[in-house]
Amino acid sequence: MQFAKKDILDMASLSVEEITLILDTAEKMKEISERPVKKVPTLRGKTIVLFFYEPSTRTRTSFDIAAKRLSADSVSISASTSSMVKGETLIDTAKNIEAMNADVIVMRHSSSGAPLMLAKRLNASVINAGDGTHAHPTQALLDMMTIKESKGTIDGLRIAIIGDISHSRVARSNITGLTKMGADVVLAGPPTMIPKGIESLGASVTYHVDEAIHGADVIMMLRIQKERQKSFLFPTEREYARVYGLSKEKLKHAKADALIMHPGPVNRGVEIAPDVADGPWSVILDQVTNGVAVRMSLLYLVLGGLRHADY
Amino acid sequence: MLIISGGRVVDPGNLDGITDILIEDGKIIEIRPEIRNPKSEIIDASGKIVTPGLIDMHVHFREPGHEYKETIETGCMAAAHGGFTTVCTMPNTNPVNDTSQVTEYILKRAAEVNSVRVRPVAAISRGLEGKSLCEYGDLKAAGAVAFSDDGHPVEESQLMRRALEYARGFGLPIISHCEELELVSSGVMNEGEVATRMGLAGIPNAAESVMVMRDIALCELTGSRLHIAHVSTAESVRAIRNAKKRGAPVTAETAPHYFTLTENAVEGYDTHAKMNPPLRSPEDREAVLEGLADGTLDVIVTDHAPHSSLEKEVEFDHAANGIIGLETSVSLSLKLIEKGVLTITGLIEKMSANPARILGLESGLKVGGPADITIIDPDREYVVNADNFRSLSRNTPFDGWNMKGKAVLTMVEGRVVFDELNIG
Repeated sequence: MQFAKKDILDMASLSVEEITLILDTAEKMKEISERPVKKVPTLRGKTIVLFFYEPSTRTRTSFDIAAKRLSADSVSISASTSSMVKGETLIDTAKNIEAMNADVIVMRHSSSGAPLMLAKRLNASVINAGDGTHAHPTQALLDMMTIKESKGTIDGLRIAIIGDISHSRVARSNITGLTKMGADVVLAGPPTMIPKGIESLGASVTYHVDEAIHGADVIMMLRIQKERQKSFLFPTEREYARVYGLSKEKLKHAKADALIMHPGPVNRGVEIAPDVADGPWSVILDQVTNGVAVRMSLLYLVLGGLRHADY
Repeated sequence: MLIISGGRVVDPGNLDGITDILIEDGKIIEIRPEIRNPKSEIIDASGKIVTPGLIDMHVHFREPGHEYKETIETGCMAAAHGGFTTVCTMPNTNPVNDTSQVTEYILKRAAEVNSVRVRPVAAISRGLEGKSLCEYGDLKAAGAVAFSDDGHPVEESQLMRRALEYARGFGLPIISHCEELELVSSGVMNEGEVATRMGLAGIPNAAESVMVMRDIALCELTGSRLHIAHVSTAESVRAIRNAKKRGAPVTAETAPHYFTLTENAVEGYDTHAKMNPPLRSPEDREAVLEGLADGTLDVIVTDHAPHSSLEKEVEFDHAANGIIGLETSVSLSLKLIEKGVLTITGLIEKMSANPARILGLESGLKVGGPADITIIDPDREYVVNADNFRSLSRNTPFDGWNMKGKAVLTMVEGRVVFDELNIG
């Protein structure tokens, strides 16, 4: 199939066929990263701007490496170095970048909907690298790739997502994407972190971690932010770790070969015990490796995809 | 001399029938069928509804301070084009209307513009800061008709209590913007499924109703008149209904967007659907409609809040709250008749008689009274085009809507300030 999307904004706007194509392409891309010379000329002459309004190491580096492996030129702009600090609007800044003939703008922003706002106004492709608490489609896609690698499929799996669902764009994109691919997604966390109406995305909800983990094929732990104590979402890290953190003890409720995932950065000893994070079924670093492959796949597909067959 | 001829004249509690109105020197001279006077100019209102001039008791004109959004002149023109003969301007200008000097300035500008009547609402607290009372006596003498910190809640209960009591001495009501800021937190739209899906921080209904309930308690404690601004939730409607049953001197208003739209309008991160209070759920909209039907909600206002693209073409989180409404209010409100929520008489009560009663303004069509008159064509079909608005701003979610029925002539003291009677 031909990939027709100009932008990658969220999982809701991708079809099952498109997700499958992205993941299949990513598998082929992964092989490039395993070669002694980790570079192909596929996107030579293309310009990719990494436009990050929120601090990010993992995602930005991952996109940067993905662009370079495909021979595209990548340029980074962060909030502190952009003209936003001089009072320029987001739309003006983006139009200026486009006027320099950027082909793809990869954007992270603290406001939900910001990438959509640009996508509507720009001819360049926009890839959402995380917007507010709305979506993080490349994270969901790399998670799906990682699950597929280990389990062969996503269809029919029971996947538990545990933690601060309210503030998690990773959770939203995964719920939407995984249920679309046939998984049974169950959410767990304290009621203060479960947003109203989240079931409408297709997931079920429990306040008991054991229940969510029971029979799970995949357990995805979310990062807990210490600042949330100030808005009364949980009392202490100690209690959070005890009640909602993933320990070896709790892991007994899962299937013996349940995958342990985390989008990072990990708060060791809070949402996940160190021995679980480093345990045999942890695929946390595979997620990072696959992140590069998925981002190569997306850059390739939005820039014309199957017209090039030379990777 | 001028005759408005052959229209259905609707003045709640006074008139409803085909009759003529004779006007001279800004006053109504005679009301009876088939007035004939060869020297008079005739306005043929046959097939139209002739009503007392409509009153919008809640608008934001941005003068002084933010004239790029709206001036008193453009605001008055928008009001005239929307069928309003009187508007009450909220005090959140820059400087805030918290002294008689600012009130006088607004009235001086309005007199220069000489379009619709402007009746300023002054601030409850100095600088809208919720710390100390303004000089209500001075403000009333200058022309203020009510007090409100609209845009900001009065957080301190003791200040609110004293404001209600002190205003009573001058016979003026307090208009309360009910919002519990701690519950709003970083919220930018209604809390619920849509906000969750879009990843936008939610504002719960309780952020409004908690404050409505507090203010009703203070209203009952003091026996002073309280008017609740822009009611958006089912809980608020219920609380006001119960308070009225107990005989509390409370009145309330809502706006066309709350009885027309729901939170779904925010889809696509449309900043023209961002306002405070936010658009709510379908159940809340239903409750607001019931409140209008049973009289719990006394008044329809626009909460006309002009903003430029500078405030609206930005990230949803950062966009300013508010939409303009003066030029769409009558058309949207007429839909309530079609839906069976209100009769035409009920609608005119909420858009003229009730706000006049609450604020002590003149309204109604009386011989000897001022000729403030609105003519409505209930059958006029058109498509809203924000580019044609007289307002300086374009922030409306109703651009492109198909409408049936609109104000086609506005008369203030016998002067025609808007006339589209014979177009279209």
